[in-house]
Amino acid sequence: MNVPTMAELAAKGESPEILFWVGCSGSFDDRAKRVTKAFVKILNVVGIKFAVLGTEESCTGDPARRAGNEFLFQMQAMSNIQVLNGYNIKKIVTACPHCFNTIKNEYPELGGTYEVIHHSTYLQQLINEGKIKLTGGGGFKGKKITYHDSCYLGRSNNIYEAPREVLQALDADLVEMKRCRTTGLCCGAGGAQMFKEPEKGNKDINVERAEEALLTGASTIAVACPFCMTMITDGVKSKEKEAEVKVKDLAELIAEAQGL
Amino acid sequence: MAVLQQIVFIITLAAAVFLIRKRVLRIRSNIRLGKDFEVTGDSGQRIKNTMLIAFGQQKMFKKFIPAFLHFFIYVGFLVINLEVLEFVVDGALGTHRVFAPYLGGLYNILMNVFEFLAVAVLLACVIFLLRRNVLKVARFQSAEMTQWPRMDANLILVIEIVLMTAILTMNATDQILQTRDDHYTATGSLLFSSFIIPLFQNLNTTTLVFIERFAWWFHIIGILGFALYVTYSKHLHIFMAFPNTYFAKLEPKGHISNMPVVTNEVKSMLGLTATPSVTPAEPGRFGAKDINDLSWNNLMAAYSCTECGRCTAECPANITGKKLSPRKIMMDTRDRMEEVGKSLQAGGPGLNDGKTLLNDYITKEEINACTSCNACVEACPVLINPLEIILELRRYVAMEESGSPAQWNSMFQNIETSFAPWKFSSADRFNWAKDEK
Ligand code: SF4
Ligand code: SF4
Repeated sequence: MNVPTMAELAAKGESPEILFWVGCSGSFDDRAKRVTKAFVKILNVVGIKFAVLGTEESCTGDPARRAGNEFLFQMQAMSNIQVLNGYNIKKIVTACPHCFNTIKNEYPELGGTYEVIHHSTYLQQLINEGKIKLTGGGGFKGKKITYHDSCYLGRSNNIYEAPREVLQALDADLVEMKRCRTTGLCCGAGGAQMFKEPEKGNKDINVERAEEALLTGASTIAVACPFCMTMITDGVKSKEKEAEVKVKDLAELIAEAQGL
Repeated sequence: MAVLQQIVFIITLAAAVFLIRKRVLRIRSNIRLGKDFEVTGDSGQRIKNTMLIAFGQQKMFKKFIPAFLHFFIYVGFLVINLEVLEFVVDGALGTHRVFAPYLGGLYNILMNVFEFLAVAVLLACVIFLLRRNVLKVARFQSAEMTQWPRMDANLILVIEIVLMTAILTMNATDQILQTRDDHYTATGSLLFSSFIIPLFQNLNTTTLVFIERFAWWFHIIGILGFALYVTYSKHLHIFMAFPNTYFAKLEPKGHISNMPVVTNEVKSMLGLTATPSVTPAEPGRFGAKDINDLSWNNLMAAYSCTECGRCTAECPANITGKKLSPRKIMMDTRDRMEEVGKSLQAGGPGLNDGKTLLNDYITKEEINACTSCNACVEACPVLINPLEIILELRRYVAMEESGSPAQWNSMFQNIETSFAPWKFSSADRFNWAKDEK
């Protein structure tokens, strides 16, 4: 696996086509790290010139802002913008919808304007351009897959079709949950809920959502967000269905189909 | 006798106008308690939103049956009000169906259209009453739908039914009188009211005149009373939906509004130059504790809320039994505004009455349950954004009180010290790649 950093490229006087923004989950969470690696493998195979910030990356500030701590958010945002602008970054791809939303929609007001693309859209583009060729590998043909909309892609940024097109390219049988697209049910982690216990209620949101996903009869639940990944995986476990039903990120599915 | 009627009518009309005006001014100054907010973006897009979503009811049609019925009530309201114009002229001048001679055959067509709509409105209202009270559609039964909101909704539907019945009764008796007395201008046959003519056919002329007049007065006083009532009711959305959709935010839903005051402080902390012009004269509060900390746009939204509960029905927190209900956020904001407004009107302490929107109306438990999923925003047929209010309240709790949940405070600390929401060393951030290399 080849993972160049911005610092390395800059030292050679080179600049990448895209900056891959890994995000905190993608860097530290064991499950999300597998997604990060899958995406890097795809980039390597396709031959995209990319780089990561490595240790120079830091939290976008999304959870701080959503929990109300605007100071902390802006501290994070400004220092990230300084780093990004310092490297003269133009185009950013990330596998995290929260990072995507924050950098795309909230950094411009603070002086950071970039072309920001979520990896679902990016993968779709690579497939459409013929750079990723899927030849029916990975054994997805005819298998039922359901897609869980991440709030920060769907409602927040109107990205509903790109992830579905990626799944369709797998030749799988895409089945929808009752609540999907604009009415998709949240996994329960957004708005900084990922970092605290839920408030008192009669059910956990992720369990409610996992039940709905299981109802489709799909053997794979596709997600496009590291938080959704954690929540839905836990939800499936709470229903003791983790042996039959897998929760996978789009990048992992594509990597699998390519035999990576 | 006729002159007396004219005088009574003019006095009634003037009283109604006076009371409605007073109430409108009250609402206006309540909304103005809110902070300034900069209207940015493409005004063409804003007009488009108003036309499609308020005027065209676009978002209502996500649920077809209620949308269809509501559409009749809405069109009925718009069109039947044209007839009220004639009522007002007749009442003031002592005439009877003043427009009829001028419009000729068109008058008959118009009246038939009005009657069709009156019947449609009537039926729609009956079905809506059944949906609320017999079918008990879930979103009308949530915790915040206490006695008054439920009664408000029912009252409106009953008033509409009564008003429509008055129109039909008036037209039926009028048609009989047209055959007996020249004073009653010929309208031609009116389809729907002629069905109920047999009910009145055998009454003597004096009784019919009385019924016709009674129905006329009942209808016009009913309309005026209703117009006043609307200003106290969730029914205010019939007007407020228009400005509310116009001023609704245009950015992607995931965007959270920036706080320029904080930007300034952070810039100077980081040794970057701050733009002095953004520094406000008085710093004010960070976030919102009470209604005056919210923008007037948020406050106007509270007056636009139809209490339909589409937001709450989609809210993941509410669905799973948490206390949070986005509809309640809007209702509380409005109730608090009304409370402050009333107090100010009576020379009372207004905002300084020892109560605040946060805590006395909306609890931390509620705002802490929000996942910022935007389902409520997506669901709202009049583009209300309850999430904005929730976030402003969270900002106050986090920055002014340091009162966020303990786990959030640890998350803040982790971001401050290791630049990630979890307690990992920032030096290890790139280890995922090394594992493999
Ligand atoms: S944004 Fe918050 S209040 Fe609105 S639906 Fe989602 S969880 Fe509920
Ligand atoms: S905020 Fe919108 S969706 Fe919610 S009750 Fe009010 S009008 Fe209905």
